[in-house]
Amino acid sequence: MAEATTTAMDQAKAGAASRRQMLTEFWFYFSENKGAVIGLVVFVFLVVLALLAHVIAPHDPNAQFRDAVLVPPFWQDGGRAAFLLGTDQVGRDMLSRLLFGAQYSLFIGVVVTTLALTGGIFVGVIAGYFRGWVDTVIMRLMDIILAFPSLLLALVLVAVLGPGLMNAMIAIALVLQPHFVRLTRAAVMTEKGKDYVVAARVAGAKPLRLMFRTILPNCMAPLIVQATLSFSTAILDAAALGFLGMGAQPPTPEWGTMLAEAREFILRAWWVVTLPGVAILVTVLAINLMGDGLRDALDPKLKRS
Amino acid sequence: MSEIVVEGRNIVRDYRIGGGLFAKERVVHAVKGVSFKVDKGKTLAIVGESGCGKSTLARIITMIDAQTDGELLIDGAPVDIRTQSMTPEMRRKVQIVFQNPYGSLNPRQKIGDVLGEPLLVNTGMPAAERRDRAMQMLLKVGLAPEHFNRYPHMFSGGQRQRIAIARALMLNPRLLVLDEPVSALDLSVQAQVLNLLADLQDEFELTYVFISHDLSVVKYIADDVMVMYFGEAVEYGSRDAVFADPKHDYTRTLFAATPRADVESIRQRLAKKAA
Repeated sequence: MAEATTTAMDQAKAGAASRRQMLTEFWFYFSENKGAVIGLVVFVFLVVLALLAHVIAPHDPNAQFRDAVLVPPFWQDGGRAAFLLGTDQVGRDMLSRLLFGAQYSLFIGVVVTTLALTGGIFVGVIAGYFRGWVDTVIMRLMDIILAFPSLLLALVLVAVLGPGLMNAMIAIALVLQPHFVRLTRAAVMTEKGKDYVVAARVAGAKPLRLMFRTILPNCMAPLIVQATLSFSTAILDAAALGFLGMGAQPPTPEWGTMLAEAREFILRAWWVVTLPGVAILVTVLAINLMGDGLRDALDPKLKRS
Repeated sequence: MSEIVVEGRNIVRDYRIGGGLFAKERVVHAVKGVSFKVDKGKTLAIVGESGCGKSTLARIITMIDAQTDGELLIDGAPVDIRTQSMTPEMRRKVQIVFQNPYGSLNPRQKIGDVLGEPLLVNTGMPAAERRDRAMQMLLKVGLAPEHFNRYPHMFSGGQRQRIAIARALMLNPRLLVLDEPVSALDLSVQAQVLNLLADLQDEFELTYVFISHDLSVVKYIADDVMVMYFGEAVEYGSRDAVFADPKHDYTRTLFAATPRADVESIRQRLAKKAA
């Protein structure tokens, strides 16, 4: 009995050690890429800001201060310390709106990526595993989706579903899906012919087990990279849809919607347009840099040993 | 009184290639009517150069691919995966060990799970018992208990091949198909793995179909030998008969191509060179 528990503990320890070793190895390759580390730091900072928006934000994002319409940021003439980054055309605090906007953007990124990833993996694994006419039908369908300019298709879908944040997210997820399907299919096709899959089949594993337990875990590296890159695309597309009035509806402090509302004040008050734009830029850039680093760390073909 | 574990009667396998819009369909005959039978506890070695249909035959015997024509009998019962679906009983009878030890283990699966998987998918055995069985088998093939929770990339080629053999034996198969199991290993490890295979054969009364291109290995392990050449069995008989008196030209060429390292033959060669 005592012996059994010690071996169990040894095994647990060995498992933890090998996981730690994998993590150190991952971090070694990831930290080679300075841009990726900067991206990661900025991204983590953004996540913290978004999570703590309720605590940090000086005002309610929708509270209107009628005595402070279009107040410039504090370092400019006429700026006030109460509104660090100024106010918009109806007197709402820009800083608070940007902080709450970060919440929306990250939420959009997470939901869209999860939807596109799960759907894409499922369809892609089926196409890559069964081949034949199933594969043909799925891939031609994906080709059709890819043939449309992605934003235009998303716009059409939102027009059909009706404007709103949820529908915009569904539309963007659908538009991003084909990339995941293609990646998964290609990875499954290469893995499927390998001996360990045949061995599992000879051992009696059923197709479902082969697809999702045996093959899929070995296809994850390119998918993780694609997921991070889609995360930024999702934020960008959601902002674009918001700007066109098809995404989040006012007064939601979504960055793209904020841009759209501020369009007429571009010449009079630069901060109402510039700041949400900069926020989108920084977020997307940080995530893209991070995705690049992830690719370096996870893709065995790029590993220099 | 020997019982026949596996028997092939005129097994044929054709591959159809092309047949698209522009190319005319071609038929490649990979295996052209091969017959054989293996008794319980014996080893049949299939020898031949690469591309002669050995591995295709191995995949047919293992029920991975279907034969195009001919009969395959396992334990006296005819098997045809084109018409009948695989049952767990059929799966349990035949298992395979592949040539390349680096590709035959799932890189994301711990050794314990690799060994436990056949039991998991074929039996309703509780997890604790699966662990025990896997651990026993791990020790039996000469690995240590601490290897149980490691990943395949932490093992050498010889150790991986031991793991692959252990996995094949988890379901207590009657027949083990060994598709060049030692070709990818260096010489000293080859000997260890071959000894392990011989020991396991005695212990579990296993029947082997051993595929190889290495005649010295075949001489060591085989009871019967079949020589294949372009999809045909050109020579089939007991090991001693084939090695002592090869009938077919190809077999003789094959034997002549085997390097000899005994003193007598080296002297002969040197003498020939000097002359």
